[in-house]
Amino acid sequence: MPLLNVKNLKMYFYTLRGWVKAVDNVSFSIEKGDSFGLAGESGCGKTSVALTTLRLLPSNGKVFDGKIIFENMDLLQLDDKTFDRKIRWKKISTVFQGAMNSLHPTMKIGDQITESILAHEDVSKEEAEERAKKLLDLVGIGASRFDRYPHELSGGMKQRTMIAMSLACNPDLVILDEPTTALDVIIAAQVINVIKELQKKLNLSMLLISHDLSLIAETCNKVAIMYAGKIVEYGDAVSIFKESLHPYTTKLINAFPSVLGRKTELSSIRGFPPDLLVPPSGCRFHPRCDYAMDICRKEEPPVIEANREHYVACWLVGGKK
Amino acid sequence: MTEKKLIEVYNLRKYFPIKLGFFKSLLTSEVPLVRAVDNISFTINEGEVFGLVGESGCGKTTTGRVLLQLIEPTAGKIFFKGVDLLKLSHAEMRKLRRKMQIIFQDPYESLNPRMSIYDIISEPLHLLKLVETEEEARKRVYEVMEAMDLTPPEEYMFRFPHELSGGQRQRVAVARAFIVRPEFIVADEPVSMLDASIRSEVVKLMQGLVQKFRLALLYITHDMALARYICDRIGVMYLGKFVEVGRTEDVTQHPLHPYTEALIAAVPVPDPTGRRTKVIVKGEVPNPINPPSGCRFHPRCRYSQEICRKEEPQLVEVEKGRFVACHFPLGK
Repeated sequence: MPLLNVKNLKMYFYTLRGWVKAVDNVSFSIEKGDSFGLAGESGCGKTSVALTTLRLLPSNGKVFDGKIIFENMDLLQLDDKTFDRKIRWKKISTVFQGAMNSLHPTMKIGDQITESILAHEDVSKEEAEERAKKLLDLVGIGASRFDRYPHELSGGMKQRTMIAMSLACNPDLVILDEPTTALDVIIAAQVINVIKELQKKLNLSMLLISHDLSLIAETCNKVAIMYAGKIVEYGDAVSIFKESLHPYTTKLINAFPSVLGRKTELSSIRGFPPDLLVPPSGCRFHPRCDYAMDICRKEEPPVIEANREHYVACWLVGGKK
Repeated sequence: MTEKKLIEVYNLRKYFPIKLGFFKSLLTSEVPLVRAVDNISFTINEGEVFGLVGESGCGKTTTGRVLLQLIEPTAGKIFFKGVDLLKLSHAEMRKLRRKMQIIFQDPYESLNPRMSIYDIISEPLHLLKLVETEEEARKRVYEVMEAMDLTPPEEYMFRFPHELSGGQRQRVAVARAFIVRPEFIVADEPVSMLDASIRSEVVKLMQGLVQKFRLALLYITHDMALARYICDRIGVMYLGKFVEVGRTEDVTQHPLHPYTEALIAAVPVPDPTGRRTKVIVKGEVPNPINPPSGCRFHPRCRYSQEICRKEEPQLVEVEKGRFVACHFPLGK
């Protein structure tokens, strides 16, 4: 049974101009031990999926349809209190984008981790501190920095502190939203290494959200590509990166410069992501697609299983079958 | 090569004094200095793209700004087409600025939010009095907007920056730099704030313009992979100094300095099967107020030996056009 199963999720934001269809019929599942990468351009709705799962939507966000099944419970049906008591941080925790700014500036980092343990679990303060120290060791900061304040740490260390904190209550699932975006190359590589080590040591299940496909290629074994509120392709990392089927995925992968190997032409995707107030008819990618056919403009492509466990929503692929 | 030198920089230094508190300043007579740029020399030929690569705080942005005289250097010489920029008066410099432009990193902050796109792009023309009539200005604006793929221009001209996406804004910033037909542009991490998919588009458009007008470009970035696609030559900076300079393919494919190697290893590769053995340097960039003795990279270097702690390696030419500052260059 999958650890997290998102089914036909529809979440729109209300604005004065109408409903922004940020997440439109999104389904995916994460098995235990999976590192699931959710990739796409900014504004494609990937962070909204995370916010919906964590029930942290702003007041203008509304779930219209769908289920998020976690341990036989529909997270969308739980009342806030139960969610806070049972799920938040204990079962599902998160590291946000720009997390280094989410640390409390006047509290020692060790105390902040201890506090989050005490808030969710019934343990003694000593025990919680002991665990906080272990966590700091685990992410490579070292228990000796328990008494440091956030301003004494560099960006990379703050981000690692946040990762330590997300692991404080041994969650089943950690959601990482752009964990390296604001960091320098070398520091980002260090954080990626910490994430990889944790995956090995703790058999951690995670949902990693990023626009950076190379980060996802380094850390994830399953990948979903999102475009304009929909998942357009979904499968294991190797088949997505090596045998991508959707034109958007292919373009996105080739848009990344590679520092190694042959220097190939960078591809770029013409045009701009669509306005989600009035998404394009049919396939949402058709105005930017080089292979757009008549049917793409008219009808939305269904999600089909093109190869084993490799799903894609594109008329090009459907036509071949 | 018989390329004409456009920019020549010799022994450039820029030190920033640190403001001390009142009491501290009574106790010490010495003002501590941040050596942001510490004795660097390089040249950029006409039509050449030179990349400055390094982590934040290595002095690459400062170098770019000093070149355009946005800040004054502490010491050194800068020549633009043989003219010593440091000897020019403000008025003369202002005239020269037409030929030298800069594109900033953050398209969200570098555009005036109260001006329409048309006004933003055409402003330099009016400021530098390059056009006589509005008609001429309009023509030039159309031209650059089309070159930057902001088409049709009418659709974007009357919008305001907040109505554009990040990629569109950065194109406006590039268009604005190009409208005065400069000969030299400093691009300070122009695409680092953008999504990868949009990044390649903006980079391609810039490359097109650079080739079309045979521009010289100083491209500042921390991303080795991107530098590989844009730059003809690369200078790798660490704590205010060059550690390696050379042609792009040489530097990226056969790095000589351990720091270059580490920078390359840090770039994630968009290929789940192509995992490499990772050379990750430990720790972070040291404090530039008290840079480490000897080779500045030695505390983080995995090959460091006794001599690295004591003696500073000089930047020496190991092959033609290939410089490295290391006691034990890789593969040598």
